[in-house]
Amino acid sequence: MDWLPSRRAPLWLLLGALAAAGCASQPVQRDGVSISDPYEAQNRRVHAFNKALDAQVIGPVANRLKGKGDAPRDPDAPIGPLQMVINAGRNLSLPVKVVNGLLQGRPGNAGQNLTRFAVNTTLGLGGLFDPAADGFGVTERDTDFGETLAVWGVPEGAYLELPVLGPSTQRDAVGQVVDLLINPLYHVLDGGESAAVFGLRVASKAGDRARFGDSVDGILQGSADSYAQLRLIWLMNRRHDLGEERAEYDPYDDAAIDPYAE
Amino acid sequence: MIPTTMPRSTLMPNDRRGFLRGLALTGAVAAMPWRAFALDAGGARALIDRSLGEVYQVINSGQPAPQMYQQFEATFARYADVDVIARSALGPAARQAGAAEFAAYRQAFQGYIGRKYGKRFREFIGSRIEVTGARPLKSFYAVTSVAYLNGRAPMEVEWHVSDRSGQDLYFNIIIEGVNMLASERAEIAAMLARRQGDLAALTADLQQAG
Repeated sequence: MDWLPSRRAPLWLLLGALAAAGCASQPVQRDGVSISDPYEAQNRRVHAFNKALDAQVIGPVANRLKGKGDAPRDPDAPIGPLQMVINAGRNLSLPVKVVNGLLQGRPGNAGQNLTRFAVNTTLGLGGLFDPAADGFGVTERDTDFGETLAVWGVPEGAYLELPVLGPSTQRDAVGQVVDLLINPLYHVLDGGESAAVFGLRVASKAGDRARFGDSVDGILQGSADSYAQLRLIWLMNRRHDLGEERAEYDPYDDAAIDPYAE
Repeated sequence: MIPTTMPRSTLMPNDRRGFLRGLALTGAVAAMPWRAFALDAGGARALIDRSLGEVYQVINSGQPAPQMYQQFEATFARYADVDVIARSALGPAARQAGAAEFAAYRQAFQGYIGRKYGKRFREFIGSRIEVTGARPLKSFYAVTSVAYLNGRAPMEVEWHVSDRSGQDLYFNIIIEGVNMLASERAEIAAMLARRQGDLAALTADLQQAG
């Protein structure tokens, strides 16, 4: 794609930024979770923008996509157009996950994603349906280049909130750019096709937003400090997904809290 | 706090009765049956199984939402160590609060949790949560479970159960790494800051929140 950074130079700049990330700032312990957020002021400005965008554009569009049907769906009922878009977009995300699985030295995961891509692209009519999971129990192994960097031992770096894309870290932001560069689809498809793939990926993300809208609204619009809440929840979940160590918080060991202390 | 060298097996519930009575908690605590033995993996697991059974009964009852929220709150109060969760969420301010002031906050907090998490019940219609195991961790037990929700990858849900209150109660739920106690600590801290540290004002806000 023309508008993607296609030369090598930006990659080296990014890796340089990443090297700087390691010594960005001292993380602080907040609510039992280690948080490094030296760009908090800037991040909060981006957060205000993202929150307004979500309230005024993404949320309403997502709600329209979802339609009125709030009732639980019969799992055996045929899937609707929203689920088909989500499926197709997710299917197109698989090739780069295969590449990342290999880069992480996890050929099993790479093979599973490759099998899914092959089955769903053919039997699943271009990924609209998910026979790989429904018929063969082959589920997706979600991953990205941010995880590859984590496997390679690159530190997480500072917390970032990116415009539109939302919560990230320095390591994951680099990962998101590299994922575009190493995505095999963008290398085999021409400009128009790549744009179509990219559009479908965006639509799929919007579909996910529609499905889990209540949870997003709860955090973004219902929290006293939605920036801090989103930062905390996202970091805990991301670290869990990457299998990084978690500090187990024991309130009974906290003298300021334990009501049973004597 | 209790010195960590103290053998925990000697902390029979009876030793704590006098102290707990002094805490001026609700009468409900006194009405609960006391367990005569220390917490183990089986007991921790059974607690979560019972709690989930009640929650699913409410979810599948098809009642109007506000009644469901009340019943979620009652289940939470029965199976969770609300005192420690509310205290932990409030942080250092809990130490400075008077007994009556804290009790009012604790009651409001309990209702807020019932509504906030109860509002998500639709995601759980037609789902199931399987308890998969229990292991000792620090001073408590971690009960692991997997939630199977419609159209979603299975989620890991971990429950932390302690008998420090004199009963087996859970004090934390960790869903895919997201720790309920930590996120409520951050949320309550933000709500308290918005009220310049005024606990009574926070309590009033909590009665509406969730």
